[in-house]
Amino acid sequence: MSVTNIGKQFGGLVALKDVTADFREGQITAIIGPNGAGKSTFFNILSGALKPSSGTLRFRGADMAGVPQHDYVHRGIARSYQITNIFPNLSVLENVRVAAQAFRSRMNIWADRSADRDSEDRASAMLASVGLSARAATPAKFLAHGQQRALEIAIALVADPALLLLDEPTAGMGPEETREMVALIEKLAAQRTILLVEHKMKMILGLSDRVLVLHHGQMLADGTPKEIQANSEVRRVYLGQNDGYA
Amino acid sequence: MSVIRNAELVPAPARRSFAALFSNVSRWRVPLSILALCILPWVLPSQALAVNVLIYGLVAVGYNLLFGYTGLLSFGHAAFFGAGAYATGIAIGAFGVHWFIAMLIGVLVSGLLATVMGMLAIRTRGIYFSMVTLALAQLVYYAALQASSWTGGENGLRGFTVSTLHLPGFSVNFLDPLVKYYAIMIVVAGALWFVSRVLNSPFGAVIEAIRENETRARACGYDVERTKLLSFILSGILCGLAGTLSAMHLSIVPLDSLHYHTSGLIVMMTLLGGAGSFFGPFIGALAFLSMEDIFSLWTSNWQLIVGVIFILFVLYLPKGIWGTLISWGKSR
Repeated sequence: MSVTNIGKQFGGLVALKDVTADFREGQITAIIGPNGAGKSTFFNILSGALKPSSGTLRFRGADMAGVPQHDYVHRGIARSYQITNIFPNLSVLENVRVAAQAFRSRMNIWADRSADRDSEDRASAMLASVGLSARAATPAKFLAHGQQRALEIAIALVADPALLLLDEPTAGMGPEETREMVALIEKLAAQRTILLVEHKMKMILGLSDRVLVLHHGQMLADGTPKEIQANSEVRRVYLGQNDGYA
Repeated sequence: MSVIRNAELVPAPARRSFAALFSNVSRWRVPLSILALCILPWVLPSQALAVNVLIYGLVAVGYNLLFGYTGLLSFGHAAFFGAGAYATGIAIGAFGVHWFIAMLIGVLVSGLLATVMGMLAIRTRGIYFSMVTLALAQLVYYAALQASSWTGGENGLRGFTVSTLHLPGFSVNFLDPLVKYYAIMIVVAGALWFVSRVLNSPFGAVIEAIRENETRARACGYDVERTKLLSFILSGILCGLAGTLSAMHLSIVPLDSLHYHTSGLIVMMTLLGGAGSFFGPFIGALAFLSMEDIFSLWTSNWQLIVGVIFILFVLYLPKGIWGTLISWGKSR
């Protein structure tokens, strides 16, 4: 995935300006920045939820400008959400199964959905790998917060994306759940490119191969966690004022 | 200790049997519905009421596909019911078309109308969607009012009667109320089987996902707009089919069948029975029409009583009759 001179304006407000970056395969890249820095806008553009006002977005060589959001996942880009975004009244298994089904059948009104064993098997395997097998039949809304976060990631992962976008995967989690999530992300990183937005500085510095810092909609720094920690500009706008923001 | 353990063991088989009961009911939902419809004219006070339950039950089932399963609150479904009825009536009365072809025309016209209305309405969301469907349906109402040379205007469409259903090899006397009931029931049973298949299909899973979380369904790779449109069209076609049955049953099409009162009635029946469940809409139609039948004998202000009951349901049993039964059964 590469972005070139991406800009986004909402009316008179410039949310992003001339952001250029290249995401190498197999890396974990973190996007950080103070509130209002344009992280969410950037993230929404990468996942197709927003179209940039200027600049180009290319994935595996293809220009993504005319690609509708629902086709992103079919091209290998899946995302999770900061606010848990699941299907609350469907069972935990059905949440993942319906995500898997998108690769088999979308508009078929006549087949029997239970005949699609492949989607169900993939969903069950996915639930097992995030530790939710025991809750498969429970309506998703009854899961604990940490379990809903795991389900959130399972829905994105069952698409087997080459690029996985995680929007604050540990939002609202305690230290124990955060550790589990970090372990899960590290396990996932072996097979795919991961891009995540996070607030927990210690976690980012320990987990990522590379960190991008956004500030006022512009790219402030881009480097390894060590370089970012040493960058005086970054310390000034972000790290310093958020010291102790675990 | 052993006393406590025994006490805990008692409800377990009961719970299992309740869960098993509900999963069996769900598996056999089409045969069970047909069985219930077969005995309906023998338990209801009149056959006219039974036919109305059939027709409005089908309307509510069609509406439920869009409202209960896709999560789109349309206030304009009278348009499809009315369009199906008018198209069938005009086809028979003005063109002398065979009843079966006339029914096909009715379904086709309502399907086309649903395609046009759906394409316009689906661009909007929430309350705006409801308002656009209402406005478009009112447009259809006034069009029918104005085109009185075709539709009979305020007097409704008259002058067509289907007295015998000619089928290859035999004919059915459509004037005999009981024969008429079962003839209509066969069509309704076919429609119920169709809806059951649609709900079980991959598409059925997608519309529920859209109802639950549209943003996520899109991120999962589903074309939400196209799926909503197909659901809208299927829903319109089912309501149109009910309209064609209504026209053949009554031999007149009242202008009121296009009125927003009819749209409201459809919403009420669906909510009363339980939106988003297979049996709910039919039970809602049965409950509503039975209440009308009973209360209108006592007072001409029967709508007052039905209104109070409806409000009580919305406040205290928002899942409707069948929805409440299901959750009660599951919690046992």
